[in-house]
Amino acid sequence: MPSLKSLKMRITSVKSTQKITKAMKMVAAAKLRRAQEAAEAARPYSVRMAAVMASLASRVTVGPESPRLLAGTGKDQVHLLVVCSSERGLAGGFNSNIAKLARRTLEELQGQGKTVKLMFVGKKARAPFARTHKDLIVGTVDMSHIKNVGFADAKAVADDVVARFDAGEFDVAHLFFSTFKSALTQEPTRLQIIPAALPAGDAKGADASVEYEPDEESILADLLPKNLAVQVFRALLENAASEQGSRMTAMDSATRNAGDMINKLSITYNRTRQAAITKELIEIISGAEAL
Amino acid sequence: MAELLDFELVSPERRLAKAKVAMVVVPGVEGDFGVLPGHAPMMSTIRPGAIAIHETDGGPATQRFFIDGGFAEVTETGLTILAEQATPVAEIDVAAVATQLAAARAAGDEAAMARLEAMQAAATN
Repeated sequence: MPSLKSLKMRITSVKSTQKITKAMKMVAAAKLRRAQEAAEAARPYSVRMAAVMASLASRVTVGPESPRLLAGTGKDQVHLLVVCSSERGLAGGFNSNIAKLARRTLEELQGQGKTVKLMFVGKKARAPFARTHKDLIVGTVDMSHIKNVGFADAKAVADDVVARFDAGEFDVAHLFFSTFKSALTQEPTRLQIIPAALPAGDAKGADASVEYEPDEESILADLLPKNLAVQVFRALLENAASEQGSRMTAMDSATRNAGDMINKLSITYNRTRQAAITKELIEIISGAEAL
Repeated sequence: MAELLDFELVSPERRLAKAKVAMVVVPGVEGDFGVLPGHAPMMSTIRPGAIAIHETDGGPATQRFFIDGGFAEVTETGLTILAEQATPVAEIDVAAVATQLAAARAAGDEAAMARLEAMQAAATN
């Protein structure tokens, strides 16, 4: 049986751990609210952009003359996986879930004989791949100095991806991030960004006689890189919200576990203390009786 | 004319303005165009320049934003401008723009030069 002193020390240490996890949970909750607001504020733009892309898609037929971001290179030999994760750990299964999905895709693609390259936004998903697929990593974007993701950050990532595409480094690009469903559920998601998957044009957009200035093709060529940046931005915002949601849940259960542990330890402590007192009493009484 | 135009200016980060206005002048790539209520549907890309918002019919421009390129969509109901960056013209720091412009000229960065020149023009007139 552990001594009274060591029990007391364990209780104090679990209590201070509980304080930390509780604080982290509250910080995550506050950050989650902010991240959700940011995601909410960004919605009108992406909704509009999707609508514009859809109405353009209904007018433009994809052919060899289409912009390469839309038509692709005509091959699908080299795949680039852009994996977005967070910069900090202690967020439950958030990072490992994204990494797992990316790894599954990677193995699947390699199984089909494709070449895979990896690019990371945020360092946490990098670590598991750095051990096994070090030679496949072509770039890591450090986000640790960024507190709130801005569009400029997303644009820098998108520009980098487009530059690599133009340089012929890959044929198809996938984006990995975590979709925020609620504070309790986040879903790792894979999205193909190059060649762009155009949303099916709705009939309404096709009916209206819309003038295009300049023509549809040039607008589309202008919009495609922007759309890419918007998609990356959305992914980063979703990720930010998911990270905080996931951390909040993880820290909540950690706080609860610490509470349970404190209860158990307190019971053991009290029992041990009572046993010690009883033992002392028996010793005194039997000593007195012997006289 | 009492009819007003639904005007919306959105950046990727947030909605910057949403109002009912009489007219908006947009610097399209093929020339400036004014959008009034009932304008035929159109889509146009925007070159760097200032959009002028006229809140009252025939009145002066009440609000001006410098747009660093973007996209305008006119539908039957209104005008939406998707801008990557929009700054109220009044908030442009003319001196800072001038130094940046000089730096861009020295570096021979033509894209930045065109952008900054447009910014300067918007701020000064």
